[in-house]
Order: sequence, then C-alpha cells, then structure tokens
Amino acid sequence: MRDQIVVEAEGLSKVYSVALKEPGFRGTLRHLFRRQYRLIEAVQKVSFQIRAGEVVGFLGPNGAGKTTTLKMLSGLIHPSAGRVCVAGQVPFRRETSFLQKITLVMGQKQQLLWDLPALDSLKINAAVYEISDVEFRYRVGELSEMLSLQDKLNQPIRKLSLGERMKAELLAALLHRPSVLFLDEPTLGLDVNAQVSVRDFLREYNQCYGATVLLTSHYMADITALCQRVMVIDAGQLIYDGSLEGLLDRFAPYREIKLELAAPQPREILQAYGEIESIEGPSVRFCVRREKMTQAVSHILANLDVLDLSVTDPPIEEVIGRVFKAGNVS
Amino acid sequence: MNKILHKAKVLCLVYYAYMLEYRAELLFWVLSGSLPFILMGVWIKAAQAGQFALRPLEFARYFLAAFLARQFTVIWVIWDFERDVVEGQLSNRLLQPIDPVWRYFAAHCAERLARAPFVGVLIALFFWLYPESFWVPSLASLLLFGLALLLSFCLRFLMQYTLAMFAFWIERATAIEQFWFLFFIFLSGLAAPLEVFPPLLREVTLWTPFPYIIYFPAAIVVGLPVDVLRGFLMMLGWGWVFFVCNRWLWRQGLKQYSGMGA
Repeated sequence: MRDQIVVEAEGLSKVYSVALKEPGFRGTLRHLFRRQYRLIEAVQKVSFQIRAGEVVGFLGPNGAGKTTTLKMLSGLIHPSAGRVCVAGQVPFRRETSFLQKITLVMGQKQQLLWDLPALDSLKINAAVYEISDVEFRYRVGELSEMLSLQDKLNQPIRKLSLGERMKAELLAALLHRPSVLFLDEPTLGLDVNAQVSVRDFLREYNQCYGATVLLTSHYMADITALCQRVMVIDAGQLIYDGSLEGLLDRFAPYREIKLELAAPQPREILQAYGEIESIEGPSVRFCVRREKMTQAVSHILANLDVLDLSVTDPPIEEVIGRVFKAGNVS
Repeated sequence: MNKILHKAKVLCLVYYAYMLEYRAELLFWVLSGSLPFILMGVWIKAAQAGQFALRPLEFARYFLAAFLARQFTVIWVIWDFERDVVEGQLSNRLLQPIDPVWRYFAAHCAERLARAPFVGVLIALFFWLYPESFWVPSLASLLLFGLALLLSFCLRFLMQYTLAMFAFWIERATAIEQFWFLFFIFLSGLAAPLEVFPPLLREVTLWTPFPYIIYFPAAIVVGLPVDVLRGFLMMLGWGWVFFVCNRWLWRQGLKQYSGMGA
C-alpha cells in the first residue's frame, strides 16, 4: 500500500497571460488603448511522484510556482501541458470520488462562514460529504480533541484568534478524512505555540490515517518537523527532489544567532564571534556553522554583555537562495 | 433523493442562521425595495387626474403586489460570485463535491425566509393605512401567484448568475448587471404596469424575460388580464436559455479560473 504512487506529475506546466501596465497617466492611457500581455511560465515541465503516506515539503521562494502546482494537483486549475494524476484520477475533471479523497488547505483562504460558529459550517461539510450524524459527531470530537478546539466550536469564527481559526479550518478541511492533503502555508501568521500544535496535529493525522501530504511552508520548522523529503521549485522549475538532510547539509550548514546587547559594540570586536549578517545598534545577527554553534554561543555569553540571545535556522528563503546559487539540479 | 433533500435542508438552515445575524440590516434591505410604493403614489395621482388603463385603486393593488414580487426576487449572487472569483475564494467551494451554485442559492432562499416577517409587517401596515385597497384574491389566483413568484425568483437568480459568469473574464461583472438592471426596472413592470405601455412596446416587452419577474406575478394576483399559459411558458423558455448559457459559460470560465490571490 505504501509503495502505491498517489500523486504523479509528468511534464506539468502552467502558462498565465498577464497584462502589463507602466505607472503614471501615460502608462494608464497606453494600458487602456493598447494593452500588452506577457506570458508567465508559472510552472515548467515539473515531474515527480509521491507515494502513499509520504509527507513531502514543497519549497520555493515567493512566486516560484508552489501554489500553482498545488492548484493543478487539486483540480482547481487546468494545466497548460503535461499529465497529472492524483489518487488515480485526473484532478481537473473534479469528479465527486476525487473531491472526496483530497483536500487543499490554504493558509490565507478560509472556507468557514465568518459570522457563524465553526460547527454550523462543519454541518454543511458533513451534509456535502454525506457523513452520517453519528459519524459526524465522532469525527468532530476526535479532530477537535487532536486540535484542542473542543470549547471553541460554538463561538463565531470572527471571535476566534488566528491560530484557533486556522485549526478550525483544518478541522473543516479534514472532516471527510481525505487521504491526500495539499497544504499551502498552513501555519502562516501563527504564533510559535499555534504552529507547534498544528504541526503535531498534522503528524498525528498522517500517522493515524496514512494520509499523503504535500506541504508548502516558509517556516523551516514546519518542514523539519514533518517532512523527510523535500522538493524545491524555483522560477517554475523543480530544482531539487530528495531528503531534507541532504538539502540542509548541502545548502544550509549555517544557523543564525540573534543578539540583543546591553550596549552597541564596534564591528571589529563582534566579528571575532562569527560572520556578521547585520548590526543595528545593540541588535546583532551572526551566521555560524552548525558544528561551531555551541562554541560560538558560549564564547559570546562569556565575553559580551548579552540581554537576549536566540538561535534560529536561517529563513527558508536563504536556504533556497543557496540552492539557487549552487545551481543544483538533481 | 433523501441525500439531496438532506443537503438542501442543512444548507438552508445554516444559511438561515447566517442571515439572522443580519436581522437589523434586513429591515433596511426590505425598505430599500420600496420603490413600488413611491411609484404607486405617482401613478395614483396621475390616474386621478387623467385617463389610464387602471383606476387608482388598481394601481395601489398592482404596486403592492409588485412590491411583494420585488421582495421575493431580490438577487445579489453576482456580487458574491464576483468577489469569490476575484479574491480566489471560489477555490474552497470548488474543492467540495457540490456545485458552488447551491450554496449561493441556499443563501438566497434562506434570506427570503428571514426577510418574510419584515415584508409581512410592511404589507399589514399598508392595509392598515389604506384599508380600501384590501382585497382577497381567489384561491386559484393565489396558487398561480405563488407558483409565478417561485419561478420568477428562479429565473431572476438564473439571469444574474449567468451574468456573474463573466467574472471569469472581466474584473467587474457587476457592471453588466447594473446596465442590465436599467432594462429590468423599466421592462419588468416595476416602474409601471405593462397596461400603460404603448401597444407595440408592450408586445415587444412580453417577448423579453423581464416582465415575468415582477409584472406577471403581480398581474395574476391583482386580477389584471394576463395570458397565464404564455407567461409560464415564457418563464420556462427563458429559464432554459439562461440555464444552457450558464452551464456553457461555467465550463469555459473554469478553464480561465486561476484561483487568484493565493
């Protein structure tokens, strides 16, 4: 079962036509009378396969083609070229049996009715997916417990915090127990605690139901917590498909140290502790190789008057940036 | 069949709850449709002063019925659909195994239920202020009126939902509706009953879908001479035309859809 290929894309491409407009009054007039268009190749001949139960991270900078790919996989948009097959079906035909097997969660889009409690929207989903009342109560109980949402389902959506709203969206998106999950920035804008609980939930859901997950995120922690495999896309082209460790070892051997010092220090003193990324008064950012991290932190704490210190992975954009610089394709 | 009824029931009940959240606004929405009352005053005055096809009392009853028909045919699906397409919110609806139109339709049906008490109060108030205008239509007229209202609601919804499909190609499909609404106001019988139209214009108008939204149901319940069979056939015919156009535009539009804003 786990060897079964659930998501398959072959030479998948999407071309958009975008109207161009120059700024200013003259540009507006020209746009009105002689509109010019440019073809944007959002996704170019992307090919990959995902097996049942896999959790795959889909990485890339803004505008790289991640969301467009997810939209083609979930059947929202028609590909311009190529072949796509999800759960044995052609997504853009949007057949009922296909829609019952998949879900797409978009961090910046909501399906729940804003002025009503989540439970009302969930009732609609239950009816639409033909879930019986008994099963509905069971699933809502189970999912809301996994998401720690039990006491929030009777409150209007507009009264929930961003994190609670996102969890409620996840509940709504998973009520029909889809076996293929496309998640587009599911932790976008959430605080650290909410991010952790959404990640824990997704891991638990994947383990309980053997769901196949394709996840995009700009938070490195989402990827490291959930994905063993990552695909990197840039300018519409798939440039890396392999293990997460392989990606990090090759392209992100650094971590970032953020310091808040009691008083600003000259650059000459600070550069002894690592490669300086930025200095803004008493705030300093270093870039330090992973193997030298412990040594660097203890050195800093021993010699500088530090008010606050945090160690983070470099933003995913930076990791991706290194992948691009290396020009790696594998 | 049971599953379809269950879906319809749940959609209507949830959207009814949703509409009740706007109970204060509903009163203003009902009042915003009181143009027939204003025109009633104008036409009654005119009828008192000159020779018209209808007497002042008939004008009063006609415009009251037109008010009721208007209340049952208020449609805003194009605004919702345009927003959903332009902002990419349609994506969530497309991901579910039910045509998105049923959500919009259920919202409109639920709003009719939520609106009904306000409409009832206004009509009762009208009869209290103007008791001479009160009349009791025959049972047959009432049944035909109910059927005509139901079909006019569906036809108006279908007309606007078809225009809404242009949101896939242009950013403001509502502009088409606003232009269309100009014809609707004058040809539907909202501004004046068709009896006062010049004969040629009246005949031409009767071949368009507009008079079947307001004039036709109002004329039935008031007892004006109207070809009932032709009226219902025209409604079904135009409904079929818009339905075919709608489904074709929907299929073509989905190929254009890019799920913007995501």
